[in-house]
Amino acid sequence: MSENQQIILLQDVKKSFDDSQVLNNINLYILKNEFITFLGPSGCGKTTTLRIIGGFEKPDSGDVFFEGKRINDLPPYQRKVNTVFQKYALFPHMNVYENIAFGLKIKKLDKATINKKVEEMLELVNLKGFQKRSVDSLSGGQQQRVAIARALVNQPEVLLLDEPLGALDLKLRKEMQIELKNIHKQTGITFVYVTHDQEEALTMSDTIVVMNAGSIQQIGTPQMIYNEPKNAFVADFIGESNIIEGKMIKDFTVEFANRVFECLDKDFSENEEIDAVVRPEDIKLVSEDKGMISGMVKSVTFKGVHYEMLVEGQDYVWTIHSTQMVEAGSRVGMVMNPNDIHIMKRMG
Amino acid sequence: MKKKWLSYPYLVWMAIFIIIPSLLILFYGFTVKDEQGFRFSLQNFYRFCDPIFFSVLFKSLWLALLSTFVCLIVGYPVALILASKEYSKKTTMSMLFIIPMWMNFLLRTYAWLTLLEKHGIINSILSFFHLPTINILYTNGAVVLGMVYNFLPFMILPIYSVLMKVDNKLVEAAQDLGGNWVTVFRKVILPLSLPGVMSGLTMVFMPAVTTFVISKLLGGAQYTLIGNLIERQFLTVYDWNFGAAISIIMMIFILISIAIMSRFDEDKGGGAALW
Repeated sequence: MSENQQIILLQDVKKSFDDSQVLNNINLYILKNEFITFLGPSGCGKTTTLRIIGGFEKPDSGDVFFEGKRINDLPPYQRKVNTVFQKYALFPHMNVYENIAFGLKIKKLDKATINKKVEEMLELVNLKGFQKRSVDSLSGGQQQRVAIARALVNQPEVLLLDEPLGALDLKLRKEMQIELKNIHKQTGITFVYVTHDQEEALTMSDTIVVMNAGSIQQIGTPQMIYNEPKNAFVADFIGESNIIEGKMIKDFTVEFANRVFECLDKDFSENEEIDAVVRPEDIKLVSEDKGMISGMVKSVTFKGVHYEMLVEGQDYVWTIHSTQMVEAGSRVGMVMNPNDIHIMKRMG
Repeated sequence: MKKKWLSYPYLVWMAIFIIIPSLLILFYGFTVKDEQGFRFSLQNFYRFCDPIFFSVLFKSLWLALLSTFVCLIVGYPVALILASKEYSKKTTMSMLFIIPMWMNFLLRTYAWLTLLEKHGIINSILSFFHLPTINILYTNGAVVLGMVYNFLPFMILPIYSVLMKVDNKLVEAAQDLGGNWVTVFRKVILPLSLPGVMSGLTMVFMPAVTTFVISKLLGGAQYTLIGNLIERQFLTVYDWNFGAAISIIMMIFILISIAIMSRFDEDKGGGAALW
């Protein structure tokens, strides 16, 4: 990774509010043109990280670099980033045109240029002809588009998006996800996206930063995060998981659920206590005598594409996703491949 | 569940103390009394068409406008500070403005009398430091000072409460879009606070234009504003008809001023209802 591709770099960033530590040593770089998502439960520090990049909060310690220059003390209005706020924060006393033109007027561009740029933006966000509308008269989705246009029209190097789809209903949200992704492709601007919705993060991002309790848990592509979660938190937060306590007998051999399994992990100390993670869709149901472990189906729920079944084993209730339904009450066997068993260090 | 009867006491109150007196003022204003009793006449209004009375009316309007303006200049920054992040959680500052209101209005105004007197506290301090003394008691300056002092909270509080409702996210959005503090204030905070400014202006202007106590105490016995003129007609000269006519004229001027102010106040709903 060459240095000049990095557009933003956070180094040992710490931040606390009223004695509670919100960010604990955040180290992170953001590449030019990538779509990066900060993902985590509420209170994990993802929004604070975004606000530090935007300049609305100052880190207590640590440094923020933008294109190689330290910008800790640069006020928001001098930064080459723009933000799409959580509840849009459109100016209620201005119409759509005035909202979008706000940044351009500050830059003192001439009227013809402003008109042209606003028009282009409205086209990009599918709101042609909305110039004169008051923002109060717009639906949530339309307000969202205005907020995006208002930020993008300034041609920022980086666009910060703070849970921009949080207030929309599911269908509109899916549409906007695709639209945002298209806008990202068309403009080539670096997107820094904050969400607590793991599915949204998986669909949209090039890179996901999973955060919890003020620390980064894992950074990686959506595939990496999903398939190779680094710890039980990530595994649990990204999609559903079966997380079972066990111990590593030796390299490539693990014991959990009272049975020894083959696996692909190594470099643990002998008999180290670990968490084993198996995704619900990676467990195959077979007849009881053919299974590695067995159990009784407790409940079956139809989820659309698949059925979700809870299977009670000896000391653990397994969650299994399968397109084939097994009647509740029947006994089944379960099989899992070595590459579907993920071993993670026990969290402290 | 509608409990209509809950509003009856207020309706009765309003009828007795607002509607009936207003009708009485209209009645007195448009009549004169002679041997046969009351008869309709516009004579009271003709009598007011005298340069002396006009100059009193315009002096009152002018001083009230001046006081309102000073209140705005002084009050807006105070409201801004009170509503700012650092102070909004602390009550000390706002208490400083509310505590004087616990004291009687007359007492507060009398206090200024002793402060401003020729050998009063302010001049004693000034002469102690060998500075020139000031003699503003019984001048327009003293009257304006008294009005500003007494009515300032009525300017600060409505502006403050509107500013408190301005979403901080809007300020951040404006900064984010490249606005420095001056721009953010001019383009976002000020326009959104206008409804508060308007009600502040009205709430200061109205009592200022009608006051007779402040002008009597700080302006001296001979000092005449429209309020004093009306007071004298009722309490000294006993010419209720002329007093009522002046009241009507003053009310008309107040209504005109409010109409002008509210024209600037149209549909600037502040940060309300985004949805």
